[in-house]
Amino acid sequence: MSNGILLYAEVTRQGYIHTVFFELANKARELADKLDGAPVMAVLFTKHGMMPDYKEGFTNSGIDKVFVFEDEKFEQYSTETYSNLIVDLVKEIEPDIFLIGATNQGRDLAPRISSALGTGLTADCIDLDINEKGLLAATRPTFGGQLMATILCKTKPQMATVRPKVFKPAYDINYKNTDFVYKLIKPEDFKDRVELVEFIQGIEDIKNELDSAEIIVAGGKGMKGEEGFNLLEEFAELIGGTVGASRGAVDLGYAPHSIQIGQTGKTVTPKLYIACAISGAIQHTVGITGSEHIVCINNDPNAPIFDVSDTGIVADVFEVIPKLIEILKSN
Amino acid sequence: MKIALCVKQVPDTSDIKWTENNTMQREGVESIINPYDVYAVEQALKLKKECNAEITVFTMGPLQASDMLREIIALGVDNGVLITDRKFAGADTYATGKTISQAIKKILPDFDLILCGQFAIDGDTAQTGPCIASLLDIPQITYVKEITECKNNTITATRVLEDGIEIVKTNLPALICVLKSEFEPSRALINGIIKAQDTEIRTVTLDDLELAPEDAGIKGSPTYVSKAFRPEVKHNGEKNNCLENGRGAEILLDKMKEIGVLHE
Repeated sequence: MSNGILLYAEVTRQGYIHTVFFELANKARELADKLDGAPVMAVLFTKHGMMPDYKEGFTNSGIDKVFVFEDEKFEQYSTETYSNLIVDLVKEIEPDIFLIGATNQGRDLAPRISSALGTGLTADCIDLDINEKGLLAATRPTFGGQLMATILCKTKPQMATVRPKVFKPAYDINYKNTDFVYKLIKPEDFKDRVELVEFIQGIEDIKNELDSAEIIVAGGKGMKGEEGFNLLEEFAELIGGTVGASRGAVDLGYAPHSIQIGQTGKTVTPKLYIACAISGAIQHTVGITGSEHIVCINNDPNAPIFDVSDTGIVADVFEVIPKLIEILKSN
Repeated sequence: MKIALCVKQVPDTSDIKWTENNTMQREGVESIINPYDVYAVEQALKLKKECNAEITVFTMGPLQASDMLREIIALGVDNGVLITDRKFAGADTYATGKTISQAIKKILPDFDLILCGQFAIDGDTAQTGPCIASLLDIPQITYVKEITECKNNTITATRVLEDGIEIVKTNLPALICVLKSEFEPSRALINGIIKAQDTEIRTVTLDDLELAPEDAGIKGSPTYVSKAFRPEVKHNGEKNNCLENGRGAEILLDKMKEIGVLHE
C-alpha cells in the first residue's frame, strides 16, 4: 500500500492558494489512481483566520488530508521555518511522492527540503507519470528546452517541482471527506535567519495579462527594435491581445524581460498565438506549444517556427501587420 | 571577509547540434562559463572592492575546467579550486551539492559568504545552491539581482521575484544565488591575465574530502535519467507563401475569424 502523494499548497502574498496547487492536485489524483488509490495529501502554511476560505478549495480538488501549520508568522514565507517543519512532517508520514509548484517560492523551498532529507529532486517538470514499477517518472526540459529527460528517483519521497500551467487545474471533484489535521508548532521551530526589509509590488499586471490572454502577439529579433514592438502593441490593442517577446528580442533590449515567453520566461496557453518575426528556437517554442492555435509570420520560409505553427505566413511582418491594422481600423 | 564563489562550465546551449538519432554532437560545442555565474563573479568582485573580500572560486568538473578558473582569476579573483575526480562523474544536484559543500568545508571552513549563479543553462535546475546552503545549515537568499550592502557581518540583497522585488537581509555566513543582469560584465586586464597564469590552482579529489565513494558521483545520486528525447512537434500545419501576393494580412484575418477571437 502506497503512503501516498504529498503536495505543497503555496499561499501567494495576496493570500490565495496558488493556482499551480490545483494543477498538481488534478495530476496527483491521476497518479494516485495508478498507485491503487493512494491518498493525496497537502501541506499548508497559513496565518489565522484563513482556513474557512481555503477549505472548499481542498475539498473541491479531491485532497484526502491537509496538514495545516497555522500561525500569524505564516503571513510571510520563510525558507528555513517552512523547510524544517516540512522535513519533520515528511519523516512522520513518509509519502512516496512529494510535489511542489516550480514557482520562485517552490524552487527556493524544494531543494532545501530534499537535501535535508537526502532524497532526489527533479526540477521544473512538464510531465509526470507512474512507470511500470510504480515509480514517479518526471519529465523535464534540459539544455534550454532542446532535450527532454525523464528522471527516476531511487529514494523516497520522490520529489519534483512542476512548472505552472502545464496541467489543467482540478475543480468540482467535490470530495466530502477531506480531513484537516492541525499540526503543533513549537517556538523553536521558527528559524528565520533571513529578514524581509521591504517588498515592492511588481509589474504583476503585465504577467497576469499574458497568463490569461486569449490572444498573444509576440515579437522576435526580426521586429528590429522598440518601434517594431510599438507596431505590435497597436495591433494587439485593436484585437484585444497582449504583447509578448522572444528571448532574442528581450536580450537586444527591444522588449522588457517581464513579457519574455519560453524556457527562461513564461509558459503561455492562449487561444491564438501570433508569432511575428520569431525564428522559433526550441527554447522559445517550449513556452508556446500549449496554445490552441499558432500562426507565424516570417519572411524566412525555412525558419523553424513554421514547424510548430498551425498556420504559417511567409511574408514580411512589416507589410502584414500595418495592412491588417488598416483593415481593422476601417471596419 | 572570505567569499566562496561557485561556478560551472557548461556547453554553449545556443550552439548545440543534434544528430539524426537525437544525440548531442559534443564535438565543436564550445564550453563557456555559465552566464548566471558571470554575475556571481561580478557581485564577488564588487564585494572585494567595497569590503576587501578575499575570493576563492570553486568549480567541479574535468581537468580542462581549470582554464575557466584562470579566466575568472584574471578578473581579480584571488584563489582557484578545482574539484575533480572520475568518481564525481554523473553526479545529480544532490551529489554535486554534497561534494561542493564538503570541498568548501575543507578548503575554506571560515567562509563568510557563498555566491552561486541562480541557474546553470545546461541543467536549468536552480537546485545546487540551495542544496549547498541546506547541507551547510546556513541561510540562503535566492533570485538576487544585487547585493546592496555588506557591513557588520550583515548582508542586504535585492531579490527579483514573480510578483515584485524583495529587499532582505541576513547575518553571515550565508549563501546567495545571483540572477543575470543587463550590464556588461568585466573584462580581464593584462595584469590580471599574467597573475592568473602564475596562480596555482588547487585540486581537490575524493580522497581529500570527508565523503564516502558511495556518496559521490553517479553512486551518490538519488536521481537518474531513464530516457532522453527531443521534444515532440504538436502543431504542423500549412505554410502560405505570401511574399509575392501580399495576402498575408487576409490569411491572418480569416484565421482570427475562423477561431472566433475577433469580437466585432
